[in-house]
Amino acid sequence: MERVDNGPARARIGVYVCHCGLNIARTVDCEAVARRAAQWDDVVIAENLPYACSEPGQKSIKDAIHEHNLDRIVVASCSPRLHEPTFRQMVQSAGLNPYLMEMANLREHCSWVHRESPHAATEKALDLTRMAVARVRHLQPLVPERLPLTQRTLVIGGGVAGIQAALDLADNGYDVVLVEKKPSIGGTMAQLDKTFPTMDCSI
Amino acid sequence: MTDVGRHPRIKLYTLSEMVDVKGYVGNFDVKILKKARYVDENECTACGECAKVCPVVRPDEFNLGLSSRKAIYSAFPQAVPSAYTINVNECLGHNPAVCAKCIEVCDKQCINFHMSDEEIVERVGSVIVATGMEPYDPTELDEYGYTRFDNVLTSLEFERLINAGGVTAGKVLRPTDRKRPRSIGFIQCVGSRSSRKGSSYCSNVCCMNTIKSTLVLKEHDRDIQVKVFYIDIRAFGKGFEDLYKRSRRLGVHYIRGLPGTVEETPERGLRLAVENTASGKIEYHELDMLVLAIGVKPSSGASRLQEMLGLQLTTDGFFLEAHPKLQPVDAATRGIFYAGCAEGPKDIKESVTQASAAAARAIRLMHKGEILTEPITSEVLSEHCKVCGRCAEVCPYHAITVDVKKKLPAVVNTAACAGCGTCAAECPFGAISMNHFTDVQILDQIDAMLNDRPQDKILSFACNWCSYAGADYAGVSRLQYPPNARLIRTMCSGRVDESFIWHGFAKGAPVILVSGCHIGDCHYIDANHWTEKRIRKVHKKMTKLGIRPERLQLEWISAAEGMRFAEVMQRLEQLRSTVSPEEIAETITILTNNTADGA
Repeated sequence: MERVDNGPARARIGVYVCHCGLNIARTVDCEAVARRAAQWDDVVIAENLPYACSEPGQKSIKDAIHEHNLDRIVVASCSPRLHEPTFRQMVQSAGLNPYLMEMANLREHCSWVHRESPHAATEKALDLTRMAVARVRHLQPLVPERLPLTQRTLVIGGGVAGIQAALDLADNGYDVVLVEKKPSIGGTMAQLDKTFPTMDCSI
Repeated sequence: MTDVGRHPRIKLYTLSEMVDVKGYVGNFDVKILKKARYVDENECTACGECAKVCPVVRPDEFNLGLSSRKAIYSAFPQAVPSAYTINVNECLGHNPAVCAKCIEVCDKQCINFHMSDEEIVERVGSVIVATGMEPYDPTELDEYGYTRFDNVLTSLEFERLINAGGVTAGKVLRPTDRKRPRSIGFIQCVGSRSSRKGSSYCSNVCCMNTIKSTLVLKEHDRDIQVKVFYIDIRAFGKGFEDLYKRSRRLGVHYIRGLPGTVEETPERGLRLAVENTASGKIEYHELDMLVLAIGVKPSSGASRLQEMLGLQLTTDGFFLEAHPKLQPVDAATRGIFYAGCAEGPKDIKESVTQASAAAARAIRLMHKGEILTEPITSEVLSEHCKVCGRCAEVCPYHAITVDVKKKLPAVVNTAACAGCGTCAAECPFGAISMNHFTDVQILDQIDAMLNDRPQDKILSFACNWCSYAGADYAGVSRLQYPPNARLIRTMCSGRVDESFIWHGFAKGAPVILVSGCHIGDCHYIDANHWTEKRIRKVHKKMTKLGIRPERLQLEWISAAEGMRFAEVMQRLEQLRSTVSPEEIAETITILTNNTADGA
């Protein structure tokens, strides 16, 4: 089911502050962040979760999307470089465009690096979450394009790793271009005598 | 190896290197330079008649100079392809007056001196980087006498010595007198785990390689005396501890401590002085031969490849994976994967495992035959476009076309657009919108950040691939730094519009940081050159307006430089503390009175 995008002017935002066990919650006062976030414009619901990425965590966000008719989600947890795909998939499965989700990085950029100053860390977490809310309000639904792909792989290097990768691909029916700068493949492996742990020959 | 040579789906280019790559995940156009072999690869039967008559004798690289080869040669007996090759720099030439002996004896007429280097373009959907390693050169570690004493060998040279197909047909002979040594010592961690010389990391394979060599030696000769000088023995893999115990059981003597000096005895043996850290005593050992267990270094071509493919290297020089646990074989650039020592020192089992994983990841990407492109691309608002052509000029991918003559507004080819956002930042008329990183999205983030107590905060822009990842790495490493910076992520530093900077200062930011990949490492070819130019321009304007230019900082921070990120944060906090509320207020007044240039 495709849900309605209300647009920035009438956005309905859900904010989820993840404790990441104690990874975030030990330093950042997550409850306070959620409490404050609940008062911001367009934020319909703001809650704490022990683990946003876990199955129950994701389910409670998805349920809230349906229950409160949310059209934009902020997950204040870890680095988007880690879990952006997870949470994009989550909002997509709840009927939202995956690009209507924004993360605030409270772990790598806050709780882990400001362990000595919990008060300042909480202030920073509030800012990071506020910034994510400001951004998510203006995010627009985006649709990826489908493009043809060449089912062929270039393997650079003909040592034991390159040989194995090339053979696995080729045996699976994929064409391989193997490039080796020396006159022969084999790499360093070919120079070895017996090899551990089996004590057999390398070639 | 031979399976590769005869597999119908594998096209093998030897004596070849990738010299250029264009395109993006799913469709890379790769230019390969294939150097001339001067011997027909398909026709040559490796009979070897040519090498017999070749008068040029050179050290054999495969045997690390322990034997010789000719100018026309086969790398080693099992080489794939088996065809011979001519080193044209060594060859005397094909003029019959000079030499051309090989041409005369080759019945099949495989030798062709008119072959020339070829450039071939291949289209592929994915790339596996398996560029391997280089052995550490122990020349700089002079205390072990590698350059001074002939009976000191590297572990790789020792492999060629003990190999049945090697220079002595598998007999272990001392290089100086070609006699069987009665005692051999191994020195561990040569070029590894040292902050002084070589590398600081553990090379992973040397402990087990030495243990293996001790077993092979004892197999050859039960009575040979073998001593291993080590810091720790790292026998952590499956079955490794058993081999280590077997080696000890066979009487191999393990001595905890690395020798301080090595001297040659009159009989050309070696005398080692070592502090045995188990007993706390200085010991002297006399040995007939010494083997240096050399470490693993990154391949020398790594940095060139890194630039071509937009990859990242760790501070050790190995390729950096997208995530150390969850994506250990993926590069941060989509469609590129790592296998083997290119990513870090590995033994054969680990290399093979990673290679299979890389193949599986590549298949996962390719099996549908189509690819979903990231919709984070730029869009031209044609009604605002003044057809100046600036966007087309700055686009690193040539994804924008503008017909200046016909006055047709800019058009973005979304398939070629990689989404750096440089065009949107450079468009003087605000006619380009960068999807998912639009002006309003970023400006509202700035407002949200600087709404309350802006004087305490450092507005920081970080590119997704390097600087933001560097900040993540600082987090993972639990490096502590002042809590005043707030990061705004853009895909590339090239996206950071001049107007964002003026907006930040107008809102009371004491210090602004723009950070991105190092020059040469940009994920969008060279988009960060435009960042650099832009910042230089803004600095000039700041000086002119009477705003301290130091308050805008530009830093290149790679994904591996967590430490550097934390240092930059410390430094910025010091800088921030020098900016007084009066200075901020003055800046705001200056910018309110000078509304030109997006301020």
